[in-house]
Amino acid sequence: MMATLKALAEPSRFQIIELLRNGPRPVGDLVNRLKLPQPQVSKHLRVLSDAGLVDVRVDAQRRIYELRPAPLRELEVWIERYRSIWEENYQRLDVLLEEMKAKEGKRRRRKR
Amino acid sequence: MTTNTVKRTETLQVTMPSEREVAMARVFDAPRELVFKAWTEPALLKRWLYGPEEWPLAVCEIDLRVGGALRFQWGPYEGKYMGMSGVYREIEPPDRLVFTEMWDDNWTGGETLVTMTFIGRASKTTVTQTVQYSSHAARDAALKTGMARGMAQAYDRLAEILAGKANQEI
Repeated sequence: MMATLKALAEPSRFQIIELLRNGPRPVGDLVNRLKLPQPQVSKHLRVLSDAGLVDVRVDAQRRIYELRPAPLRELEVWIERYRSIWEENYQRLDVLLEEMKAKEGKRRRRKR
Repeated sequence: MTTNTVKRTETLQVTMPSEREVAMARVFDAPRELVFKAWTEPALLKRWLYGPEEWPLAVCEIDLRVGGALRFQWGPYEGKYMGMSGVYREIEPPDRLVFTEMWDDNWTGGETLVTMTFIGRASKTTVTQTVQYSSHAARDAALKTGMARGMAQAYDRLAEILAGKANQEI
């Protein structure tokens, strides 16, 4: 998981992951969108590939990169641990309390 | 005064006041009489206190007096359920509520003692829920189990999301 975080902690690499979220893209397309020289993009892609975040396949002359969801899934699970079931329950309680306050207000007005 | 604007959710604070305890504190934008009510009336509890994976609170029995019993059960949902029973030890509306809890599957390693305080300040209420476990080891084991449960749920949710994504890609 540290490898995933390290790989993502660089702005251009983070941007590559964001771009690949919508589907596989050829290297040329990534170079155009990142506005970086090809060797630099290739270097970033190698880091992402070593961290298991992307896969490459060759289609005719083009190298096409795509996202591998496994490490991101691991990261998501890690984050999820910190979110307690209580947060969702308490948000529901917030809504209920608003409703109870409104009712209470009506009753008070009627009494007057 | 009621507004329809979306409010920022108050944060849940989790602390460990002693080696046998875990405490959770949260602020609610309502007077404590109402918050206390929402915690002690079955019809109200059923509306918000869900179990893992949003299991509804199907059984909620409360005998609100010192020595009175409580029984909460979430589910059955797909054949599974989760339940716990306890006894009220202290009832001081709208300030304080103390009760014991014993889970059916004993995932907490023995009975736990729950102390709830409702502190009011300028129409808001801070609810602090302190759970005291039978021992330091029981507390740590329970935290790990809770974490494992959370992870299992996260996996399930992710599996659903990824299944949806996979279908889109085809």
